[in-house]
Amino acid sequence: MAQETESIGNHTTWQLRLYVAGQTLKSVTAISNLNEICEKHLNSKYKIEVVDLRREPQLALQDDIVAIPTLVKTLPMPLRKILGDLSDTDNVLVGLDIEKITKTHDESK
Amino acid sequence: MSLTNQRIQQDGKLLKSLTGIKGLDEVTFGGLPAGRPTLVCGNPGCGKTLLTVEFLVRGAIEYNEPGVFISFDENKEDIAINAASIGFDLADLSKKGKIFVDSISIDHNQVGVSGGYDLEGLFIRLDYAVNAIGAKRVGIDSIDSLFSGLTQHNLLRSEFKRLLNWLKEKGLTAIVTAERGERALTRNRLEEYIADCVILIDHRVERQILTRRLCVTKYRGSSHGTNEYPFLLDSNGISVLPVTSIGLEYKVSDEHISTGIAHLDTMLDEKGYFCGSTVLVSGTAGTGKTSVALHLANATCARGQRCLYLASEESPHQVIRNARSIGMDLEPFVKQGALRLVASRPTSFGIETHLVATHRLINEFAPSVIIMDPITNYSDIGSENEIKMLMMRLIDLMKASNITSLYTTLNGSDESLYTSSMGISSLMDTWIFLTNNEYSGERTRGLSIIKSRGMSHSNQTRDFLITDKGIKILDAYTGSGITTKGGTYQWMTLMRKMLGDPMSQWRKRLNQ
Repeated sequence: MAQETESIGNHTTWQLRLYVAGQTLKSVTAISNLNEICEKHLNSKYKIEVVDLRREPQLALQDDIVAIPTLVKTLPMPLRKILGDLSDTDNVLVGLDIEKITKTHDESK
Repeated sequence: MSLTNQRIQQDGKLLKSLTGIKGLDEVTFGGLPAGRPTLVCGNPGCGKTLLTVEFLVRGAIEYNEPGVFISFDENKEDIAINAASIGFDLADLSKKGKIFVDSISIDHNQVGVSGGYDLEGLFIRLDYAVNAIGAKRVGIDSIDSLFSGLTQHNLLRSEFKRLLNWLKEKGLTAIVTAERGERALTRNRLEEYIADCVILIDHRVERQILTRRLCVTKYRGSSHGTNEYPFLLDSNGISVLPVTSIGLEYKVSDEHISTGIAHLDTMLDEKGYFCGSTVLVSGTAGTGKTSVALHLANATCARGQRCLYLASEESPHQVIRNARSIGMDLEPFVKQGALRLVASRPTSFGIETHLVATHRLINEFAPSVIIMDPITNYSDIGSENEIKMLMMRLIDLMKASNITSLYTTLNGSDESLYTSSMGISSLMDTWIFLTNNEYSGERTRGLSIIKSRGMSHSNQTRDFLITDKGIKILDAYTGSGITTKGGTYQWMTLMRKMLGDPMSQWRKRLNQ
C-alpha cells in the first residue's frame, strides 16, 4: 500500500469516469466543471471517460449508478463517488484526494 | 367472486391485478391496482421483501407478467437465497427472462456530494430492466435505504414522487416497500405520495408466539377487507387468511349425519347432527367428551367418508388405543386414509399458524367431518377474543365447505354449569353437555342437549355408561313425572321388575 501511495504522488494518472444522462444542464455543467478542476489541479495526469447512460443504459450497472451526474474515481484507490454537477470545487478535491496528494507532491519537491 | 380473470374490472373503471398470493386477492377483492404503485409498509423482518418477491414471481409464472425487482437492501445472492426459502428459483426465472433482479447499494462512506443531482440513474436502470424483459410489474424494496444512503431528503422526496408518476405513466403494477414509522405509517412519510393502495404488515410477539398480520389501510376507488388478517410465511410463501370474508352467506344442508351413538341420534330429532353444522361437547374432566367425539369419527369412517381428527392433548397412538378400549378399531381407517389423526400442541405455534395449517389440511384432505379435541388448550395462545376469532374463521371455512365439525371443551369443576370456555357456544349449532354427578355414593354420567339449532331435540338429561362397546345411553325413567338417575334408577328398575311400578302401587295404596 505504502508503495502504491508513493507511486501515486509521482506517476499515477487519475482514472475518472463521469456518468451523465443526455445533454441536461447538470450533465453539461458537470463535464465542464470536471475539465476545469482537472486542468487546474492534476497537470494533465488524468483520464476522463464520459458515459452517457441515455445511450448506454446497461453501463449504469458496472458502477452501481443511481444519481446523475456521478463522478467515479477508479484510480488511485480507493474507489470514490461524487454526486452532483461538481460545482463545489472543494468537495470535489476532497472526494478525489487531490489536495492531499498534490500537497505531498509539493513537499517532496 | 371469480378470480379467474387476470385483471378485474370493478366499478366500471378501476382495474386490478391479481397478485397470486393466497388470500391477498380476496382481502383486496381482486388484487392490487393495475398499472399503479402500492405501498407496503412494515417493521424490519415482517415479510415485506418476500411479499414483493412473491408478487413478482407469481405474476411472472401464473399471469405471464414479467417483473423487475430492484433491491436497495440486499445483493443479488441474498435475494436469491431469500426467494429460495419460499420455493422460488430466481436464477432460473432470470435466465428465462421472466424476472430481472437489480440491486443498488449506496455506501455513504464511498459517496461525496458536490452540487445538484437527481436520480436519473435509477430511472435509467429501471427503464432498461423493464424494456429488457417487457416487464408489467415492478418491486422496489425498500425505499428507505435510499433515504439512509443519501442525505438530501427534499430532493429524494421529489424524486420519489417522480418515480411514482413514472411507474404510472408506464402502466406498471408496482409494490414499493417502506419501513414503518413511529408516528406516521412510514418513516419518511411516503404514504403521503401513494394515493392508491397502502398495505400495512406487522409482526408481534404475544405470549412468546410470533403472529404476523396484514391490513389494507387504504384502497382508493375500491372496497376492501378492513380487518387485520393473520398471515403465514413458510416454504410455500405467503398465505393470508381472509376466512372471515366468507361471512354468513354459506348454504346450509338439510341432511343429517349419525352421531355414531344410536340413542343420541334419537335425541337429536331421530337423525343426528346436521351436515355442515358445528357441535360443541363440553363437560368437566373425565365426563366422556372424547368418547362422544370418537363415536362420530368411527361412524363417519365406517360410512366411507373422511374424518380429520385434530388432537391437542393426545398422540395419535393414544387416540387409537383409547378408542379400542371403548370397542372401536380406528387403525384400519387410518391405513385406508379415511381417518387422519393430527396431533399438535396449540402452544407449538401461533394462532395464525394453526389457522393456516388447518386450512391446508382441509383443502388437501377434504374431510366431511373435523374433530378438534379439545379446543380448551388454545386459550394458552391468545386472548378469549382472539380465540373466538380463530374459531370463527375456522367455522366459517368449515361451513362454507359443508364440513361437520365437533369441538370438545373442558369446563372447570368450579365453573357454572353452562360456562363454555372461550365464549364460543354462540358459534355452535348443537351443544351437548356432559356431567358427572355424585349421588348416593356413586358417580353417574349424564348427557343433555342444551341446544340444537333447527331441529327438535330431547330436553332430558340422560344417564349414560361408557362400556367396552362404546357409549350406552340409558332409557330415562319417566314414570309418574319423576326422572331418576344412576343407582336410584337401577334400583327402581329392579324394584319395578319385582314388584311392578312402585309409584303406582304407592298411589294405589293412597287411593285405598
